[in-house]
Amino acid sequence: MTLLSVENLSAGYGKAEVLHGVSLSVAERQIVAIVGPNGAGKTTLMHATMGLLPRTGLVSFMDRSAGDAGWMVRHGVVLVPETRALFTDMSVEENLQLGAFARYRQGARDLPESMAEVFEIFPRLAERRRQSAGTLSGGERQMLALGRALMGKPKLLLLDEPSLGLAPKIVADIFRVIGTMRDRGISILLVEQNARAALQMADYGYVLEMGRVALHGSCAILAEDDRVIETYLGRKRHA
Amino acid sequence: MDNAILLALLQDGLTTGAIYLLLAVGLLIAFSVTRAIFIPQGDLVSFAALTLASMIGRHIPGTIWLLDSLCAAALALSLARGRLNAVIPYGLAPAVLTIATLAATRYGAPTAVSAVLSLGIVTALGPLLYRFAYEPLGEASVLALLIVSMALHFVLIGIALYCFGAEGVSTPALTDASFDIGSVTVSGQSLFVGLVCLAMVGALRWFSVRTLYGKALRAAASDRLGARLIGVDHVLSGRTAFALASFAAAVSGLLIAPITPLSYDTGFEIGLKGFVAAVIGGLASYPLAAAGALIVGTIESFSGFWASEYRNIIVFSLLIPVLIWLSLTRGNPEDRA
Repeated sequence: MTLLSVENLSAGYGKAEVLHGVSLSVAERQIVAIVGPNGAGKTTLMHATMGLLPRTGLVSFMDRSAGDAGWMVRHGVVLVPETRALFTDMSVEENLQLGAFARYRQGARDLPESMAEVFEIFPRLAERRRQSAGTLSGGERQMLALGRALMGKPKLLLLDEPSLGLAPKIVADIFRVIGTMRDRGISILLVEQNARAALQMADYGYVLEMGRVALHGSCAILAEDDRVIETYLGRKRHA
Repeated sequence: MDNAILLALLQDGLTTGAIYLLLAVGLLIAFSVTRAIFIPQGDLVSFAALTLASMIGRHIPGTIWLLDSLCAAALALSLARGRLNAVIPYGLAPAVLTIATLAATRYGAPTAVSAVLSLGIVTALGPLLYRFAYEPLGEASVLALLIVSMALHFVLIGIALYCFGAEGVSTPALTDASFDIGSVTVSGQSLFVGLVCLAMVGALRWFSVRTLYGKALRAAASDRLGARLIGVDHVLSGRTAFALASFAAAVSGLLIAPITPLSYDTGFEIGLKGFVAAVIGGLASYPLAAAGALIVGTIESFSGFWASEYRNIIVFSLLIPVLIWLSLTRGNPEDRA
């Protein structure tokens, strides 16, 4: 079943249009990757889908026309932005609690249980629970950003460059966690510069160039595509 | 100068300082959440005192009509957008408040009841002013919001003059009690001001540290994008911050009115002193702003004794060393926005 569907989406900043009619869809329990060069509009696509930017076109989630960011969060769509957007002057624990804010407003009172689950996935956060988020390392910040998103019990996670600026070992950890999230029934729309890792992990992929979808297909097929290999994967494969 | 005068001046300074503290905290909350420096907060100080004084004098306070017109406008806009549930906050609530105010004025309610109604009226004005003056600007710069604040201040001062006239008023003291502690006489009024300020600061701290809604408000101040991504509505957080700021202003107005006569334009000056305290806290730190408020109050009281005419000059000149210090130790606050 299609969870998220984006049709003919255009968006930008002021008069500068960055996305020109992008269409894509994410099915249940699917990881969909978006790859593309710097400036292709990947982050804009995430923000416009989330309702953070003015947009034209149709975004629907679970067959309902999507509203602004508040609507998306209430309906189970959570974005982890490239900048992480943590509350750096608040503690790790408070950041996590706030991840469940929308659910709390809807009457959920299971915050301690949800937090215990997050601590199970990221034991490091449990050690740092009283520390302020601003004192965390890059990897820990990404864990906190993912943990905060999980506190919202999302049906669909939008992950913008989860590996950006992280050491390779931590990138592997983060990707492992993304895999477990799918196993728990969360669908994921993933933007990655690390195209190799993204296409390995995802079920379906879109190549975004100059604000348009240049190519899309199942990741197995995309990984064999000459253009993708040349531009994003490099020639190493054939060596 | 002997010790008795010294202690009396200190007591006086700390009392006014406590009031500046409330205003500084209100300004900081409003600024950290919305990036707007809420200059008109000072005018609301006058509004509160003048509203209470009119009710005690058995005149219907003009502020209730101001509140009703703003609510009517907000109700019309909300209904035009199909938001029927706006009838409760913009229709029912002001109607109840208006009837209560008219009845209290007509039949001469006890001062405490009128004080609570004045608090209600002035507190409700804060989010409405935010709704009409600041919200439509969206993500405007700190400077643009400051200009709006100045304009709003001039509008409010005009409204205050129209509604209440130019007369200064003071309200009856809440208590005549005084206590002798050693050689010092502590007036009941000073003690009351101190206790109310402590209670309010304590309640605010409890709200922001212990409740998830309070944390959400801090989140809105900490990272705007992050706040939107967890579903904190920036409109609601802005209005809440302004409600807290105008509540602080209203309480201050009611606390000052028995000590100093207030007229339509004196609240502005008091608000500016709260602003000086907030600047001492770098428009960011609550403890520093609190210390700043007590320092401003004390300096004002001592300079009032030694050089009465230069009182304001001395207090506002405090800004210069503070700004030099801040500019040397931190970046431009707008960069952190």
